[in-house]
Amino acid sequence: MRDFLKNRQVEFRLFLVLAALFVVLSLTTDTFFTLGNLTSLLNNNSVNLIWAVGLLVVLIAGGIDISFAVASSVVQFVAASLLIGMGGGNWLLGFLICGSLGVGLGLINAALIHGFRIISIIVTIATFNAYFGLLMYLSRGRSIYALPDWWTDRIAIFSYQVEGGPAAELTLPVAVMAVCVGATWFLIRRMNLGRQLYAFGDNPEGARRAGVNLAVMQGLAFGWCGLMAGIAALMQVNIVQEVVPNALYGRELEVLSAVVLGGARLGGGKGSISGCILGVMFVAVTQNGLNLLGVSPFAFQMIIGAAILIAISTSNIDFGKVFASAQGGKK
Amino acid sequence: MAGDVNEGYALRLKGVTKVFGGIKALDNVDFDVRAGEVHCLAGENGCGKSTLIKIVTGVYRPETADLIELFGEKLEAITPVMARAKGVSVIWQDLALFPNMSVAENIAFDEMVGLRPKGVDHAGMKTRAAAVLARLGVTLDLNAPLESLLIAQRQVVAIARALMNDARLIFMDEPTASLTQSETDRLLDIVRKLSADGVAIVFVSHRLAEVLEIASRVTAVRDGRLVGVYPTKGMTQARLGELMTGHLLEDKVVAASKDSGPIVFQASGLTRPKQFTDIDLTIHAGEVVGLVGLIGAGRTELAHTIMGMTQAASGTMQLQGKPYRPASIRDAIAQGLAYVSEDRLQLGLLQKQSIADNAAIAVLDTLLDGTGLISPAKKDDLITGWVKKLGIKIGKPENAISTLSGGNQQKVVLAKWLATQPKLLILDSPTVGVDVGARAGIFRIVRELADQGLAILLITDEVTEAMFNADRVLHMAQGRIIAAHDPRTTSVAQMEAAIYA
Repeated sequence: MRDFLKNRQVEFRLFLVLAALFVVLSLTTDTFFTLGNLTSLLNNNSVNLIWAVGLLVVLIAGGIDISFAVASSVVQFVAASLLIGMGGGNWLLGFLICGSLGVGLGLINAALIHGFRIISIIVTIATFNAYFGLLMYLSRGRSIYALPDWWTDRIAIFSYQVEGGPAAELTLPVAVMAVCVGATWFLIRRMNLGRQLYAFGDNPEGARRAGVNLAVMQGLAFGWCGLMAGIAALMQVNIVQEVVPNALYGRELEVLSAVVLGGARLGGGKGSISGCILGVMFVAVTQNGLNLLGVSPFAFQMIIGAAILIAISTSNIDFGKVFASAQGGKK
Repeated sequence: MAGDVNEGYALRLKGVTKVFGGIKALDNVDFDVRAGEVHCLAGENGCGKSTLIKIVTGVYRPETADLIELFGEKLEAITPVMARAKGVSVIWQDLALFPNMSVAENIAFDEMVGLRPKGVDHAGMKTRAAAVLARLGVTLDLNAPLESLLIAQRQVVAIARALMNDARLIFMDEPTASLTQSETDRLLDIVRKLSADGVAIVFVSHRLAEVLEIASRVTAVRDGRLVGVYPTKGMTQARLGELMTGHLLEDKVVAASKDSGPIVFQASGLTRPKQFTDIDLTIHAGEVVGLVGLIGAGRTELAHTIMGMTQAASGTMQLQGKPYRPASIRDAIAQGLAYVSEDRLQLGLLQKQSIADNAAIAVLDTLLDGTGLISPAKKDDLITGWVKKLGIKIGKPENAISTLSGGNQQKVVLAKWLATQPKLLILDSPTVGVDVGARAGIFRIVRELADQGLAILLITDEVTEAMFNADRVLHMAQGRIIAAHDPRTTSVAQMEAAIYA
């Protein structure tokens, strides 16, 4: 247990901060700690977490992806056009189309990075712009509202009638999110492929010498991120019931912040599912709390920015030691 | 069983030639290693040692080879897959491990490699890793991330990883370069244990003393040609150095009885808690003062304080008779001190920048022209001057510094500091990772500098190095200078006994 905590210091610290936030918000607002608020928090952040676990895999493999949120917009638009064109479709087709489109867009990134030996941030900034420009051009900025019913129908997987209020519900995206998180955990923790991803991010030259196929690793990382972007695209439509071409633009930085807060290292080789979940929860709860407290929404980004700076600049401090020496000083 | 294993050869190569761009990196070389033998491959940097290793591991394919035989089996050529399957393993100097992954995963990593998806058996992996470590007689925390381990422990992890692959022939490239004496001893114990187990080990090291201690035979290579294969019994360091470099390297005391010049640097009662205590140190112009001791004795810490990187708690320092209290390393440099740090790769050089930029970086302000910009002509003069003076072998000054050998890199570091025209030069382990020929070159320069009146403090782990190159040798232990030796009247054996006792 001690080892567990020692190797998960970032996660443990974030957990404490999050717990403190929970207590403070529960005491200062009467709406935060209600079933209704908590379930809607989960519903509204399921897409962020799906993206986050995809991005986590890329970060572990030593890369970075700026393009995934815009890729989701492209997937939404193309999938909606295709499904409407074929007269409706169903969930199975939806998953197949969105998933494979997402994987395809991810593999384009991987191919550019590996094929031309360009660093991932440059490639994905380029594809971010290219995808978004192309999407705005093709859609002419117009949203799609006439979507198949199966896609936009709200599907509750859990429902509880609060007395005298609206029902608290967990919807389909939460279940899909849980599956994505579980699958990613299985990939990076329990599969040899996932461990090779860690090794690739940790010491690419060492991995190459050990016989790890670097092209496949790059493809796996960005392909997985793309798959998650495709699934996130499908779920986002289910939540907002429309396809707006520029709706997801800018979300990538929010997700990136959350994953980095959760302890994933931009240099590669480090990052965990638990940290990822906590990071997304921290961002979500902060945003929700500020809302409930009536603070200006502009403060949100400032606070997230400050949180990242504090997290990174204190991550090298061993608080156990500081505490011990402070106590020693008193004696 | 061990008996008949020892009869055979792990590896036999005959008449191997490898050409790179028209130059023969290896020219008709024979090389053989007996099963269970500790064999040393000796030669200067660039002599073809690495090429030979890469041929055995299948990275390179030789142009011609009369015989390639691995564990008694004749082969046309060796491929990397075949080499690994047959139990050939290389532990490179950089170890090629994964800092963020656990010790167990690092040891068992190769079983996870491959594209066929399969589950990872964390528990089984730990059991197997623990078993291999037990075979080496070592205990390590299997869950700890590798980066939390000391370099010596990482070395053990790399060896354990090789054993996980059933290695029967292990090449070790400079395994002791960054180890302390006691860590080296422990590593050599492990090597002996493996050898007794029937694992053949090829040891590549610039430290000739330990080569002669551990190996039973040594193959010397020079300029891509085989010099010969010799038993280590009866071999001396001087003789081996001569075989490697082709000329006699005289290992003799250079300290001369001469009038010492004026005092350049003086410290009295210098103390920094937990690092060093009550240090009295005097260095004269034209004098090389050796400072020896175990790692952790406080030698480097003392150098840091003299250089103004840390502050002493008490005591005083004087530079040329005037009080000297550097506030920072900039201040120390401005007052005429220079420090060649022990970690050349990380601290001493900007690896990706050019040779010229590295040599000029400490004196950029003297290279300015009338407009306040750096004058390329002045920079060129500076470089060509030092290249000539120090005999640095370089291609073009604008090549990256990483293209140079260790010895030449170290000379560039020297040039960088000498360009500041220091009064006191502190050399901290200047020959780590530098081969025996270049090592002699560096000390020739050190002596010349001293003769020109520079005061030099030489910190080293190798007693012989201090004995043969310093005028006075100070022994530091647990933060105190406990003895001063005169190299002309003390023998190496006496001094080693005093330090390692």
